[in-house]
Amino acid sequence: MILMIWNEFIETADREKLTKIQDERFAKMIERIYYNVPFYRKKLQEKGIGPQDITRIEQLNELPFTVKADLRDNYPFGLFTVPQSEVVRLHASSGTTGKPTVVGYSRNDIQIWSEVVARSLTMANISKSDIIQVAYGYGLFTGGLGVHYGAEKVGASVIPISGGNTKKQIQLMLDFGSTALACTPSYAAYLGESIQKEGIDKKQIRLKSGIFGAEPWTNELRQQVESLLGLKAYDIYGLSEIIGPGVSMECECQNGMHIFEDHFVPEIIDPDTLQVLPYGQVGELVFTTLTKEAMPLLRYRTRDLTRLHVDKCECGRTLVRMEKCLGRSDDMLIIRGVNVFPSQVEAVLLEMNEASPHYQLVVERENNLDSLEIKVEINEHYWSDEIKIIEGLRKQIQHSISSTLGLTAKITLVEPLTITRSEGKAKRVIDNRKKI
Amino acid sequence: MIIKQLSVFLEDKVGRLTEITRILTENSINITAFSIADAADYGIVRFIVSNPDAAVKVLKENKFAVNVTEVVCLIVPHKPGGLYQALKILSDNNITVDYMYAFALENSATVVIRSTSNDEVIRVLQENKMKLLKASDIYKI
Repeated sequence: MILMIWNEFIETADREKLTKIQDERFAKMIERIYYNVPFYRKKLQEKGIGPQDITRIEQLNELPFTVKADLRDNYPFGLFTVPQSEVVRLHASSGTTGKPTVVGYSRNDIQIWSEVVARSLTMANISKSDIIQVAYGYGLFTGGLGVHYGAEKVGASVIPISGGNTKKQIQLMLDFGSTALACTPSYAAYLGESIQKEGIDKKQIRLKSGIFGAEPWTNELRQQVESLLGLKAYDIYGLSEIIGPGVSMECECQNGMHIFEDHFVPEIIDPDTLQVLPYGQVGELVFTTLTKEAMPLLRYRTRDLTRLHVDKCECGRTLVRMEKCLGRSDDMLIIRGVNVFPSQVEAVLLEMNEASPHYQLVVERENNLDSLEIKVEINEHYWSDEIKIIEGLRKQIQHSISSTLGLTAKITLVEPLTITRSEGKAKRVIDNRKKI
Repeated sequence: MIIKQLSVFLEDKVGRLTEITRILTENSINITAFSIADAADYGIVRFIVSNPDAAVKVLKENKFAVNVTEVVCLIVPHKPGGLYQALKILSDNNITVDYMYAFALENSATVVIRSTSNDEVIRVLQENKMKLLKASDIYKI
C-alpha cells in the first residue's frame, strides 16, 4: 500500500535535481551567515573561506562545525542572522547544565517547519479526515507547537491538549474519536497502560496512527505501544536547534526516517577524527540547515549516533533515510570504561515478557569504582508469588543485561508504576557520579 | 477446598505494609492469616482475607502488584504429632510443598499449604480423613 505524498516534487526527486536545489540554497546560506553572524564570519575567515568560494553542497566537508557549546556561548541571540523585528517565535530547550539553548524562527521559518511536519504527518497517513491529539508539551519545548502547525497545514482537526492529565487525554480520545496521537513514546506506553487499567474496551479507541519521538526508543517498545493502542507507530525525529520535530520521519515501510534534505543536509562523521564517513557507516549525525532564516546552523553536531541509507525506499521517496538513533552520545554512559546506552537495556527488557519495559539506570561511584544499578518494574500481569521464581527472573535479567552490555549490573525489582513516567521525557538515567 | 490467597509484591520501603493494612481496614476486609517471604530488597506478603475479590480490586486500584494464588488450608489438632501426621501423608504420596505457614483458629491450628499439585494435596488428605477448611469457612471469619 502506497500512501499519499505531501510534496511529491521534492520527496521523490532524483539525486541530481536535489543536489541542484541544495547547491543554490547552500550558497545563499553561507552568504547569509558570513555577513550577519560575527561568530561564523570569524570561523570562515580563519579557514580563508569567503562566500564567493562556496557554490556547491559537496564543499560542505571543508567548513567548520558548530557545537552545542557555541549556542550557549552566544546566548541568547548571538547566532541570529535577522534583527529581532523579523523573529516571530522563540523556543528554548531545557538546559541540563546552565543556560538553556535558545532558537528563533522568522515567519518563513515557521512556514518551513509547518511544511516538513505536514510531509511527516502525510507519511503517517494523516490527512484532513483525521482528528489528531497533540499530547506533546506546548510551550518552550518544540514538540507541541511543531506538530500543531503541521497538523493544521494538512487540515486535520487538532486537539491541542498538551502533555499530562492522563484522565482527560483518555476521555477526549474516546469522546472526540481521536484517530492520531502525537507524544513521546514513553507517554504513549503510559497512556496505553492506563487505558488497559481502566478496563476500556479497545474497540472504543479509534486511533490509527501514532507520531512518537523526542526521545530514543526501541522497536520492541514500538510493538508494545502498537498493541496497547491498536495503532501504527511512526518515528519522528527532530531537535530544536535544527527546527524541532520534522527533521526526518518514518514512512509506512518503517525502514528508517526520511530526512527532508531540501532543508536539512545530513552528514555522518567519526566523532573522534571528525572525518565524514560514507553511507552505511555508524557515526555522529551532523546537520546543516539550508533555508532557515532566523538561526541557520552550519554543520551542527547533534551527538546522535546513527547511519544513513541512500537506496530508494519502497514508498517511492528518494530522500536519504537515517536509522533509529542508537542514542545520543550525551545519553551514552561510560561505566568502568564500557559504553552503555539506556536503549540497550530497554531492548533486553522488552524481549522478556516477564519484565516491564519501565526501568531506570542508577550510576554511582564509590572508592573510584563505578557501579550500575538497574531498577526494573515488576510486570503485574506476570509475576509469581514464589521468591525462587522471582529470583530466577532477576538472574535472567542480570544475565541478559551483562551479556548485552558487557558489564555486570545490580538488578533491583521495584513495584509497578513507581519509576517516574514522564509526561514529557522519561527519566531513564540517574548519574550520581557528576555530583562528586 | 481451594482457598484464594492474595500475594503482594513489596519493595523494602518504610510504610508499605502499613499502607496495605490501611487500605484493607478502610474497606472492612479482615485479614485471617498472613506471612511474609523476604528476599534481599523486596518481599512477598501472602494474605488470606475475608473477601479476596474485593481485596484484589482495592489493592490494584492503589497500584499494588497483587495476584491470587490457590492454597489449601488444613486443620491440625493442638497435640503432638498433629502436623507430622499430615506431612507424612503428603511425603508418602510424593507430594512436594512450595511453602506453608500456620495460623491459630479457635482451638486448633490451621496450616496454609501451597503446592503445585493442590488437587492431589486435597485428595490424599481427605482420603486420610484430615480436616480441610472450606472457602466459605474462611470468608465468614
